[in-house]
Amino acid sequence: MQVTRRQFFRICAAGVGSSSLAALGFAPGEALAEVRTFKLAQATETRNTCPYCSVGCGLLMYSLGDKSKNTETAIFHIEGDPDHPVNRGTLCPKGAALVDFVRSPNRLKHPEYRAPGSKEWKRISWDDAFDRIARLLKDDRDKNFIATNDKGETVNRWLTTGVLAASAASNETGYVTHKVVRSMGILGFDNQARV
Amino acid sequence: MTNHWVDIKNTDLVLIMGGNAAEAHPCGFKWVTEAKAHRKARLVVVDPRFTRSAAVSDYYAPIRAGSDIAFLGGVINYLLTHDKIHHEYVKNYTDSSFLVKDEFSFENGLFSGYDPEKRSYDRSSWGYQIGEDGYARVDPTLQHPRCVFQLMKAHYSRYTPEMVSTVCGTPQAAFLKVCETIAETSAADKTMTIMYALGWTQHSVGSQMIRTGAMVQLLLGNIGAPGGGMNALRGHSNIQGLTDLGLLSDLLPGYLTLPRDAEQNFGAYIDKRASKPLRPGQLSYWQNYNKFHVSLMKAWFGDAASAENNWCYDWLPKMDKGYDLLQVFEDMGQGKVNGYVCQGFNPLGSAPCKVKVSNSLSKLKFLVIVDPLATETSEFWQNHGEYNDVDPTKIQTEVFRLPSTCFAEEDGSLINSGRWMQWHWKGAEPPGDAKGDQEIMAGIFLRIRALYQKEGGAFPDPILNLTWKHKVPSSPAPEELAREFSGKALKDVTDPKDPTRVLVKAGEQLNGFGELRDDGSTSCGCWIFSGAWSEKGNLMARRDNADPFGIGQTLNWAFAWPANRRILYNRASCDPSGKPYDPARKLIAWDAGAGKWTGADVPDFVADSAPENGMNPFIMNPEGVARFFAVDKMAEGPFPEHYEPFETPLAANPLSPGNPMVRSSPAARVFKDDWATFGKADKFPFVATTYRLTEHFHFWTKHARLNAITQPEQFVEIGEELAKAKGIKAGDHVRVKSNRGHIVAVAVVTKRIMSLNVNGKRTHTVGIPLHWGFMGLAKNGYLTNTLTPFVGDGNTQTPEFKAFLVDVEKV
Ligand code: SF4
Ligand code: SF4
Repeated sequence: MQVTRRQFFRICAAGVGSSSLAALGFAPGEALAEVRTFKLAQATETRNTCPYCSVGCGLLMYSLGDKSKNTETAIFHIEGDPDHPVNRGTLCPKGAALVDFVRSPNRLKHPEYRAPGSKEWKRISWDDAFDRIARLLKDDRDKNFIATNDKGETVNRWLTTGVLAASAASNETGYVTHKVVRSMGILGFDNQARV
Repeated sequence: MTNHWVDIKNTDLVLIMGGNAAEAHPCGFKWVTEAKAHRKARLVVVDPRFTRSAAVSDYYAPIRAGSDIAFLGGVINYLLTHDKIHHEYVKNYTDSSFLVKDEFSFENGLFSGYDPEKRSYDRSSWGYQIGEDGYARVDPTLQHPRCVFQLMKAHYSRYTPEMVSTVCGTPQAAFLKVCETIAETSAADKTMTIMYALGWTQHSVGSQMIRTGAMVQLLLGNIGAPGGGMNALRGHSNIQGLTDLGLLSDLLPGYLTLPRDAEQNFGAYIDKRASKPLRPGQLSYWQNYNKFHVSLMKAWFGDAASAENNWCYDWLPKMDKGYDLLQVFEDMGQGKVNGYVCQGFNPLGSAPCKVKVSNSLSKLKFLVIVDPLATETSEFWQNHGEYNDVDPTKIQTEVFRLPSTCFAEEDGSLINSGRWMQWHWKGAEPPGDAKGDQEIMAGIFLRIRALYQKEGGAFPDPILNLTWKHKVPSSPAPEELAREFSGKALKDVTDPKDPTRVLVKAGEQLNGFGELRDDGSTSCGCWIFSGAWSEKGNLMARRDNADPFGIGQTLNWAFAWPANRRILYNRASCDPSGKPYDPARKLIAWDAGAGKWTGADVPDFVADSAPENGMNPFIMNPEGVARFFAVDKMAEGPFPEHYEPFETPLAANPLSPGNPMVRSSPAARVFKDDWATFGKADKFPFVATTYRLTEHFHFWTKHARLNAITQPEQFVEIGEELAKAKGIKAGDHVRVKSNRGHIVAVAVVTKRIMSLNVNGKRTHTVGIPLHWGFMGLAKNGYLTNTLTPFVGDGNTQTPEFKAFLVDVEKV
């Protein structure tokens, strides 16, 4: 589709967002650059990488709000980082739709609790959740911790609780998770690399 | 990956097998396109489906799912019988000349030492002959009948083109065409890269498939070369990082390993892992194991770790066996597990045999979910009609669902497949009350610690003494954690050659793992990451994409572990005298004038070790060279052997038809009750395989509107021949059944899935994309793992998702 700059603005005025038109490849280069300047000049740009596959494409995320106190930031657009040596600005259909993951209606917003036998979730505060989980974990550990095996060898392990970690989590999360899990003696511990 | 995404542009030939990069790793596949356009590289695809990668290939060969070792074994046989190997490389840089113990043997599909009761091997005969000087015996002429080269040749002589065609269903001509193309890269200045993914790992013999691929690459001299290598296209964005950090039942960070019960003595634990060189003049870098281990213990336990208490050796849990995901779900089903925490993991969809997983979760006392999205696992107890038909009133598990941030709402680093540690920045606040994973871990941990302080309890020492030096203890900062795993000096670190020279002052960040010490003077949470955050700052955040040598190594972009090295084993890209095998693609070379190795990459070698010293390129191995013969490292044997998947259309293994014990892998672990859940070909005649689509990522993107629109509804793919036989038309709904359950989906009838002649019989394949479930914005569907068998690879326990049996019918 070939459009002139003037036609391009007419199409925009007809109610289609300029950035989605650009994403579809309909914008002439010049107009594209101009419109984006207008739109993104107000936005804060943050560099990130795609959380899906291991290509690790570089991203530019655009948000409203300048991250100052009392403002709320909201990401409204994500595109490929043209400086990135691997993806050089491109994204695949997954990366190109990332803003819909960030803003998915199915994002969890509050801690929830489901009681034994119940058919529903109930809201719970973070404090109550942490207290209750810590209690359950400690009681289970105290009751089932194995300090020595049948042969009297020191083994210091806890087998009745397990942990699965996330291979889309950052190294920093992975590191602190590993540290905590092993300090308790847990062996039933894996991440998606296992599957 | 031994190499990395951009480096693919340096190749002459790409073999994609056990993966589908064009669809699953599209922006990385771009570099295949680049190599094709600018180097005239060719692309060969071997796959059960004519994939999107196949669609742009120069040559495609079909294969039956699960038969890759037979195919690659055939390639090895071809290369050896046609003398299409890189002789100098094979002779100098591999164990081809090493002599193997006389007791080692292979007969009737089994290696020496098999115990059918235990379904495992006594591996003591799987080793080299050791001479009186303590070194392995070798025959540089490669003629000795017990040398690895001759044994390998004999082993794969059985993998004839006829046999390959019988087992794989690949037409002989197609197989030979692939062999001829691959063989061209045995020339010293030609390279092939192998790109593989879960199509190789998710088999009961997945690790051995990968080994066979690596053996092909060694025969051709393609490991260490630019444009070469064994390139695992990892699944998730940081699956590489979490593997490196050892978040697996048997590991510690940096591929250090947990002790077994019998390893009560700390010194013996270290000695076993700090292998001495098996040949004169070799480095055997794991000799430094103690430095890595002690520095880890200092990072975790600080002052509490001292020489007197063996650096808290007893604080680490010891293993009586593996506690991988499958073992844990087995134990859970038997009521032996009470609590489970799923941090960003959806096992109801990702672990095999959904009914077993669901029953196991129902036996838990409590389940804690930490996730940005509402996963199926978090609602395993909820009735979602046909897709999750359970009775909540009968499930007594307490469930917590804690909202976490996603990538866009946090700082931190992820490691891509090319081992690049890339820092990313927070762009927005999370929705509602969601918290970061680090804050959530801290919230739980600090409360447990407080309870131990108050009440005491079982062995509290490691919990009470775990280092936790964070400005805000309830919310450890990513910068603090990154500095901790990168490592710092606790006391001045001096040059071992000149103790008056201080290399790093106490309190400073280390420059790399060469500065680690085993006397408690350094702390480092993951030795292979050492230097990622040095006194120069956060090297993972670097953004200089300059490529001064034009060979795509961009050394100042982010940080690649280890030591910012971009291509592993790169010493092997040069001949023994230190000259690049292909001067046009010079990665590194020996600079005699300067007395060191220099070039476009960080040398994977002792920087000033001259070629005449005779040190070989595979410095992590005690041999100094790469292994064709895996010694005792693999469960199934030192040479990969083809075994059928646990659910196979064949009555016997065509390679050893007389031995029923070796139809499927004799060394894979199968739990007692699971044997009965395997289906047989009379009831389930078709081979099924699972895979991804380019529009979706596992079970996440069905929560994202655009992806839910582009691929809204569950479908399966069947070939035209099978569709005709079953009266199925495109668009019909079909039921796909295995012995464990069924799914219903729309049928896509396609030429892209061919029927093959396997062992004299027409064999059909059913393709099953895996992205749907009962949560999300897409149309609800069945979790694919309703169908898959509960058995894993004999080494890694990675489930066999890529080859199992089903039946199909129109509904
Ligand atoms: S924003 Fe909508 S309502 Fe307002 S002037 Fe524009 S078209 Fe009209
Ligand atoms: S944009 Fe696509 S190719 Fe790039 S990392 Fe994300 S999922 Fe992978």
